[in-house]
Amino acid sequence: MWLLNSSIGKKLIMSISGLFLILFLLFHLTMNVAAVFSEEAYNVICSFLGSNWYAVAGTGVLAAGFLIHIGYSILLTLENRKARGNDRYAVNARPKNVEWASQNMFVLGLIVVCFIVLHFSQFWYHMMFAELIGHHEVELGGQAIGTTDGAAFIKYYFSNIVVVILYLVWYVALWFHLTHGFWSALQTIGWNNTIWLNRWKIIANIFATVIALGFAFVTIFFYLKSLC
Amino acid sequence: MDKDINITVKVWRQKGPKEKGRFETYKLDNVSQGSSFLEMLDILNEKLISEGKVPVAFDHDCREGICGMCSLYINGHPHGPDSAVTTCQLHMRKFKDGETITVEPWRSAGFPVIRDLMVDRYAYDKIIQAGGFVSVNTGGIPDANSTPIPKKNADLAMDAAACIGCGACAAACKNGSAMLFVSAKVSQLALLPQGKVEAARRAKAMIAKMDELGFGNCTNTRACEAECPKEVSISNIARLNREFISAKLQD
Ligand code: HEM
Ligand code: SF4
Ligand code: FES
Repeated sequence: MWLLNSSIGKKLIMSISGLFLILFLLFHLTMNVAAVFSEEAYNVICSFLGSNWYAVAGTGVLAAGFLIHIGYSILLTLENRKARGNDRYAVNARPKNVEWASQNMFVLGLIVVCFIVLHFSQFWYHMMFAELIGHHEVELGGQAIGTTDGAAFIKYYFSNIVVVILYLVWYVALWFHLTHGFWSALQTIGWNNTIWLNRWKIIANIFATVIALGFAFVTIFFYLKSLC
Repeated sequence: MDKDINITVKVWRQKGPKEKGRFETYKLDNVSQGSSFLEMLDILNEKLISEGKVPVAFDHDCREGICGMCSLYINGHPHGPDSAVTTCQLHMRKFKDGETITVEPWRSAGFPVIRDLMVDRYAYDKIIQAGGFVSVNTGGIPDANSTPIPKKNADLAMDAAACIGCGACAAACKNGSAMLFVSAKVSQLALLPQGKVEAARRAKAMIAKMDELGFGNCTNTRACEAECPKEVSISNIARLNREFISAKLQD
């Protein structure tokens, strides 16, 4: 099967899974911004997404998307190292035009994964997972909090400056990953030419900035709110 | 104004494909900045021979930027620090007095070192042999107006056809990918009526060969494009992806 055997096929899997994750990020961001305007609205979404079968199924699809993206990133990175050979250049220069992010996508992805683990242990584990194993309340900072009271989780974690800074680092890594990933995905599909190359790169930068600033805005908003 | 400069050249020396290589350092005095980089190496070799030493092996042929034989990785760049030129078109005026110049062979699993700075680039020929041609004899030249071709396509095909198969793209690539080369060869034919007929077969066959030879998977870093002496654009890679994906979807 060409999709699994050929270099372009494997890259296509990388590209489609990456674009899928981008769509998810957009959805997640919209949800977070809702919390800024109305914590009630946010909690409605949280209970809607609780442990209903469609939310669990959605999480499964999302997890599959991540696993495919990460699995193929490992496979491709290993293949590429092999293709590069064992002998390294003594002198290396990065030509201008070559973005730093494009040469460090795997490392950036790894950073993103580490924070996803943190994020899951803070939110998902106490929310959907807790519900799945039959709890409706969890203890957080000495208080009992409902598993669908997402706003309470946000307020609890984002009142801690260390958590806030860690999340901001996460968004920066994501920003770098997306500035390259976005246009690279379209180039891989073949939707590119000399004119669109620059347009896509600008769109990628704007898009990555909107995503990163959006998440950062919500995080900082709740931190500042916790101070008042 | 061109001066005479004193330089130190650090050259990769390797006796054979299986031998372990190492850098040797040589001093060269009074090299004219008007001389080409390869002339500088000729001077170095003359000096080595007169000292009873073994000269440095490096590839070159036309010395005017058209054959694609010269293949040196100089100070971190394939074909040296100048842009849009081959090694043979590089001049010593790009270097300063007292500078240390590091010269390495292409380093990519697809291009094993034969000796010193010479690498085996037969892999690119094999990719061409897999499909980089038009299978029928096209006969004599017809009247130019009998097959109208949009100016844009003619220009894009011409730009892709500028590729001289030097291998700098794979040498520059952190993934050891040959995509810029393959995409140039696929594009130059796919854009014109005579080559279009076999475009799908060609893209599939050349990619299959490229993968079989162990070249890496392109991650669009654009190092190839930046180092290509003919400034072949990565928009050709997008075209290759398009050609390949649609060919496979049609099967
Ligand atoms: C929210 C999370 C993520 C999003 C939205 C995302 C998005 C993308 C996109 C759109 C691409 C471009 C695909 C292409 O070039 O064809 C990409 C490439 C890549 N991603 Fe991710 N990614 C995410 C997480 C990760 C993770 C967790 C890893 C690995 C540990 C990772 C590693 C890579 C690698 C190695 C590439 C290949 C670079 C390339 O081909 O340009 N990514 N990603
Ligand atoms: S695409 Fe450029 S760098 Fe690659 S082989 Fe052709 S001329 Fe050389
Ligand atoms: S020797 Fe022919 S291109 Fe340099």
